[in-house]
Amino acid sequence: MTATIRIKLFATLKAHEPENAAAYPIAPATTVSELVERLAVPGDMVKLIFVNSRRAALDTPLKDGDKVGIFPPVGGG
Amino acid sequence: MALCSDLEASIRKHAKERSYPDGRTYSSLSMSRGAEIAKAQATTIRAVELAALAQDILPERYARNQRSLTCAQQIGLLRSRVAIVGQGGLGGTVTEILARLGVGELVLVDGDVFEESNLNRQLLATTQTMHKSKSAAARRRVTAINPAVTAIAHREFLTADNAESLLTGAQVVVDCLDNLPARFTAARAARKLKIPMISAAVAGMAGHVTVFFPQDGGLEGIYGDPEQLPAKGAETALGTLPFAVSAIACIECAEVTKILLKQPHTLRNRMLVMDLADNTLDVLELA
Repeated sequence: MTATIRIKLFATLKAHEPENAAAYPIAPATTVSELVERLAVPGDMVKLIFVNSRRAALDTPLKDGDKVGIFPPVGGG
Repeated sequence: MALCSDLEASIRKHAKERSYPDGRTYSSLSMSRGAEIAKAQATTIRAVELAALAQDILPERYARNQRSLTCAQQIGLLRSRVAIVGQGGLGGTVTEILARLGVGELVLVDGDVFEESNLNRQLLATTQTMHKSKSAAARRRVTAINPAVTAIAHREFLTADNAESLLTGAQVVVDCLDNLPARFTAARAARKLKIPMISAAVAGMAGHVTVFFPQDGGLEGIYGDPEQLPAKGAETALGTLPFAVSAIACIECAEVTKILLKQPHTLRNRMLVMDLADNTLDVLELA
């Protein structure tokens, strides 16, 4: 059984969201950083990372069922 | 003392019994009676409203704030000062809502004038206000909505030099700015003055809102090192859609209310993220 995660990319990053974002397969012990690279999200656009609604970091490892959210810098009003 | 009791007696004399939609009755003071009493007693409309509320007589304009808010809470709001930094899309809506809610003093900071590209989302941008001061338009709007509210307009941009003098005395700072460096300037001043700050930002149909108290981690927790940041974020590519801006501004107002009334469940150390493109709303733990 392959581990899958849910991916939600916000604002300008949405263009990088894969079609299978609701059940995206990952290799064991994939980190957020590796995921970002695989999705071709520019590194300087990754400002806020959440895993299962908690603040996470680039080196956070991911596991089956995780929900990952990534924000670019947003400053409009 | 005599004057005070005259005021109270006059309010009682002019109060009328009315009913809430559910049938419960209350004692109400109309806007026109309140203004007449203020004039006759040589005092402010706010002083009349405060004296009415202290006797459980409800200025009619706040009738639909009840019973979600009590008279004591309405008094708390009327005695509060909130600084709204930025009078664009977020700030225009925040100012409108807080004036209607009945926050007694609003400090309105913006050095800018309206331009055509503001018309999609900024409530006070109209064909009549093009190229006119945003902070002055906000002051006029507040007075037109609720003359009990004192609007203090500053037609200047918030800078490291003026931030502390502009924000001093506020119980809450609402960050309604449109660029990242100015948000950090506001946050530094709020922290130094020990004032909680609500910060929100929007891009396209998405946005986020959070609350910082002076002892908390600041905006760095969201944006990282300010030295490494561009001046603007994803909004340069996606624009700012009016319904997203207004929705996020209203969430800021809910936070203002909870902080002023010392209610629980604020977004302190948490961030509400909203994306209307796919109707997701989540509250994330920052700490």
